[in-house]
Amino acid sequence: MLKRTKILFILIGVLPVSMCIAAGVGAYQILPWRIPEILFFKKDGFAVLVHVRFPRVVLSAAVGAMLAISGATLQGIFRNPLADPGLIGVTAGAGLGATVWIVLIGGGALGIWGLPIAAFACGMLVTISVWKIAEGDGKVRTLTLLLAGIALNSFAGAGIGLMTFLADDEQLRSLTFWLLGGFGGATWHVVFVTLPIAVIGLLVLSRQAAALNAMSLGESEAYHLGVSTETLKRWSVFGVALTVSAAVSAAGGIGFVGLVVPHLLRLLGGADHRYVLPGSAVGGAILLVLADLFSRTVVVPAELPVGIVTALIGGPFFLWLLLRFKREVFL
Amino acid sequence: MVELEDVGYQIGKHWLVRNINVTIENGSLWGLVGPNGAGKSTLLRLISGELLPTTGEIRLLNKPLRSYAPKELARLRAYLQQKRDINFPFTSLEVALFGRHPHLNGTKETVKDLSIAKGALQRVEANMFEERLYPTLSGGEASRVDVARILTQVPDLYLLDEPTNHLDPRHQVQILNLCKTICSRGKTVITAIHDLNLASMYADQLLLLKDGMCVASGPPKTVLTLSQLSETYDISFDILSHPDGYPWVMPTLNGS
Repeated sequence: MLKRTKILFILIGVLPVSMCIAAGVGAYQILPWRIPEILFFKKDGFAVLVHVRFPRVVLSAAVGAMLAISGATLQGIFRNPLADPGLIGVTAGAGLGATVWIVLIGGGALGIWGLPIAAFACGMLVTISVWKIAEGDGKVRTLTLLLAGIALNSFAGAGIGLMTFLADDEQLRSLTFWLLGGFGGATWHVVFVTLPIAVIGLLVLSRQAAALNAMSLGESEAYHLGVSTETLKRWSVFGVALTVSAAVSAAGGIGFVGLVVPHLLRLLGGADHRYVLPGSAVGGAILLVLADLFSRTVVVPAELPVGIVTALIGGPFFLWLLLRFKREVFL
Repeated sequence: MVELEDVGYQIGKHWLVRNINVTIENGSLWGLVGPNGAGKSTLLRLISGELLPTTGEIRLLNKPLRSYAPKELARLRAYLQQKRDINFPFTSLEVALFGRHPHLNGTKETVKDLSIAKGALQRVEANMFEERLYPTLSGGEASRVDVARILTQVPDLYLLDEPTNHLDPRHQVQILNLCKTICSRGKTVITAIHDLNLASMYADQLLLLKDGMCVASGPPKTVLTLSQLSETYDISFDILSHPDGYPWVMPTLNGS
């Protein structure tokens, strides 16, 4: 118990440090410990920090937190450590919305808001459809939810493929870049829209932690322990749809965070969701802040899509974890 | 404690349980016996409130079962399921602590909750592996941890589905002795059980089921009779007397 508190405190301490480092590093170098001074006295670099770096760092932290806590929640609901936020169709749905917008409607319509709104709406819509398909007799069957998610995922995937086929070269480029994810478009406007959704989503999801613990015994055992399983599923799926749609519409499709971060937390301090959910949120924020830092500094002056970075670092790291903790990991 | 009045449960056109009328008194140990698919588990799940009966009514403490909220119900009755699998690295102690969930209201476990869970693990001789991860336990060890989880829930009504599965004779007897102790403190136990002889030794009352219907109910001596058993199981039996006086049932080889 004490160990978990310690891990949470360390993570909460590391987050602002990594955010300050990420805010400092770039074409215009700012030493992290000079940040307060620059902000207070409006010295050189004030504009870079406030208008360029901060929105980007805050947005990547929010998106990382949302993706990771969603992954942890869905793993709990499906009682499967391999579940991923994409499983209930949110990611593919939002991706479809974005590609349709880019290819058929044109990136410029409705200004900067067109694309994220299309992505958000489509992500929510697909998840609601998955939910409705799995609903019957006032109950939602978890297995049907999973299967409907897989079906709609492949349907949305086909839609994305079709859009890629129809796209011209320029559209194709922005489409690919968008699908791989990145924080190049981060502004305070985007942050102000995304942050409230992140806060609501994190609050909704972290409230389900104790019930998710009971759920890991199985759905009927959870009921016998006094959990209203339908309410639990409804709030969890709603929270995941909300946060992942917001994350994807703000930053595109970023994989691996939702899968790898909860795992890491479980390896460090066990499976109690009251620790895994908040820990994943903070850990996911740290991971994406650092991944974004890497993605915009490694091939200067160009930028690597951050989804490539998370997969590139996340994949081998995950394998290393598996090999090292082979006996203690249950898949 | 529990009253079942004309209880039936139907899936599609198939009745899994039908026309069950029983009154289960406080402090008694009831055994549900019968062949595979006789409806033992379904009946337990109906009494637990997880399934809603198609016909009839179940009352718990003189109130209709369906008027209870899930959490309220979980403080009154606990349910031990047959199958179990946990895919996450929880320790045995954490699994036992899950039993406190209905009592917690989302707050953290206190020292008292912890001592209840530890005491429960001790009662089923599972305290030596309380820090081990549940998925690494053997079937029998995991069963005992699950029993500890039910005890940690401290309900008035225990519903057990084959609690002696996976257990060696020593732990089978231990679990059933535990049920006896629980009943002697005024709590009620209803358990599905396949071993007719253990049922005969331990249960105060038996309910013999076949195809979802009640063949007989009452004290073991009146239920475990040659004609009723061969009618239910479609094989022939011999009945002797256990040295302690209980009917001792054995199947015979010739003729079915």
